[in-house]
Amino acid sequence: MAVRRLDPNQPKEFAFTPENLRWAQTVIGRYPPGKQAAAVLPLLWRAQEQHNFWLPEPAIRYVADILDMPYIRVYEIATFYTMFNLSPVGRYHVQLCGTTPCMLRGSEDLKRVCRTMIGEEGQVTADGTFSWVEVECLGACVNAPAVQINADYFEDLSPDSFTLLLAKLREGVPVKPGPQVNRQFSAPASGPKTLTGETTPHFEPRAKGSDHAPRLLDEPEDGKADDLKVIAGIGPEIEKLLNSLGVYHFRQIADWTAEDVAWVDSRLSFKGRIDREKWIEQARALVSKEKLSV
Amino acid sequence: MLADHDRIFKNLYGFHDWRLPGARARGAWDGTKALLAKGHDWIIEEVKASGLRGRGGAGFPTGLKWSFMPKNDPRPSYLVVNADESEPGTCKDREIMRHDPHLLLEGSLLAGFAMRAHTCYIYIRGEYIRERERLQKAIDEAYEARLLGKNNIHGWDFDIYLHHGAGAYICGEETALLESLEGKKGQPRLKPPFPANAGLWGAPTTVNNVESIAVVPDILRRGAAWFAGLGRPNNTGTKLFCISGHVNEPCNVEEEMGIPLRELIERHAGGVRGGWDNLLAVIPGGSSVPCVPASQCQNLLMDFDSLREVQSGLGTAAVIVMDKSTDIVKAIARIAYFYKHESCGQCTPCREGTGWMWRVLERMVEGRATMAEIDMLYDVSKQIEGHTICALGDAAAWPVQGLIRHFRHVIEQRIERYAARPVAAE
Repeated sequence: MAVRRLDPNQPKEFAFTPENLRWAQTVIGRYPPGKQAAAVLPLLWRAQEQHNFWLPEPAIRYVADILDMPYIRVYEIATFYTMFNLSPVGRYHVQLCGTTPCMLRGSEDLKRVCRTMIGEEGQVTADGTFSWVEVECLGACVNAPAVQINADYFEDLSPDSFTLLLAKLREGVPVKPGPQVNRQFSAPASGPKTLTGETTPHFEPRAKGSDHAPRLLDEPEDGKADDLKVIAGIGPEIEKLLNSLGVYHFRQIADWTAEDVAWVDSRLSFKGRIDREKWIEQARALVSKEKLSV
Repeated sequence: MLADHDRIFKNLYGFHDWRLPGARARGAWDGTKALLAKGHDWIIEEVKASGLRGRGGAGFPTGLKWSFMPKNDPRPSYLVVNADESEPGTCKDREIMRHDPHLLLEGSLLAGFAMRAHTCYIYIRGEYIRERERLQKAIDEAYEARLLGKNNIHGWDFDIYLHHGAGAYICGEETALLESLEGKKGQPRLKPPFPANAGLWGAPTTVNNVESIAVVPDILRRGAAWFAGLGRPNNTGTKLFCISGHVNEPCNVEEEMGIPLRELIERHAGGVRGGWDNLLAVIPGGSSVPCVPASQCQNLLMDFDSLREVQSGLGTAAVIVMDKSTDIVKAIARIAYFYKHESCGQCTPCREGTGWMWRVLERMVEGRATMAEIDMLYDVSKQIEGHTICALGDAAAWPVQGLIRHFRHVIEQRIERYAARPVAAE
């Protein structure tokens, strides 16, 4: 919690561009009729984006009028949520994470870089290029230390790479968001140790248009499931899996068509065993035996 | 150690296509209609049987939570997805939303259908701007392919709207999130009533974490038994772990629930900086849970019950590792500052207590305190814990208690050192 106040210097007025106004109406449409106050955060955010990334007081009243909200209620929002910049910021507004996971990886050194290259927290450089502020956890902790500059995250920083990044921004040289070292997002820096094989699904996706499941039951008929393990190839684990799918009886298996087989096969880790182990034939034999013994 | 074929988040590192074709190739949206055909209650029972516990920090059984939603209520029901990931140490939902958004969208449809909801709002934190853009594109793709929306191919009208915050950790608390969604300050509500009875705009609502929802399609496709077969009873399935701090290779990784802490750090994160014996302490589940000293980390398993036994918690499974170079008092003081900053101000123990605890801890970093203040600090933390409108009070108190429980001697040394400091002559 902190006290946040409006800037003493304010523009006379604020209004959305026609495009932003049209957009605002679509946003309001996402919420039920009469609940348009829900749009206050998206609308204030768009107002800030339209106004050099800071939110002037007239915009607070403007958005309140669009949403038919008392001015005080929107003022509350603007001061409660810390991403609303109530005073002007630099063209590049550096939001530096100082919370413990980033602190453990050197955010204090990055703060020193900011003080050297930009100045004190909250001040805008004379040429209007930079401002910086310490923020709380940005949610990039395994790529710490990290900063957010306008909409992008810059991660895995060192004092040197951060200094270089700021210099590039100042000179208008293109920069690449994300890890500033050779690293694939949140994978370990030396390369992933998992997911190193193919990523096709555990079961193959069915052919287009075939959403076909065999006859499945919510529970065994007459409350008593067949002992599916009698079928060679079906052990306790597969029986559990078949039960969870809704297969409890030999007569279900006996009736499977090729499409049904494909559907069930796609849910087994060992492919092709239904045919290989001749489940259907075995099931049919068991069903005939049942019929004979009745 | 989990085998790749048991992993759910196959594009965790973003090597592959996040768009609909790539997602389908990894198995998303496969047979969704058939799953819906099995009915609302079948889905709830499957998720219950899987043993899935909420992945947002509290670990409440997900299927049970869904079962609280009414089956026959004139008010509309809502699913709200909590994408306000802000717990220090946690950065997993971000990867789901930017690299495998369709798993989240399909999960939302399945979960929404189970609780008889036709509308879902995803509340994403304000800072995740690129992730929000990506997620919106995925939503647009899904609408385009008639997987979502009115009159979609699945036969259950379902709209997903993306909403966002603007910088407030407290909006990750489910009732504060609802307040924020409604267009107000993120100040939590008293519970009861719980959101299933009085939620978004007073209507029946369930709020679930991104990861909790995103694992639902795989649970339903592969079966509850598969998920329940991983981990151990009451602590089932897979989990995304975020390993940060003083390890050689911080990273995200999906592993089996209950993996030993040492194996997690050494196999996936390159081990503790300077070797295992250089470990000082670990915060196993995000900044809200008490730290665990190295002496208790030797055989520690990473699941809900094991961590509760060492007076900590799994939380979000954000593992913050601290080696012996760490000033542990400063590390916890900075965590205390986080809670002071994020307190919404609504109730006195938190509004006043978080700032008070931080100021005392800052003096303890210097040693500019008295011995008696250590017990006083613990005492005040006990007066905050359990006496606030929401769990942020508890979350602020627990790290302080962990520090005093395990590192009191460090605070005492500081105090003695400060008291004995050379003072300039008159």
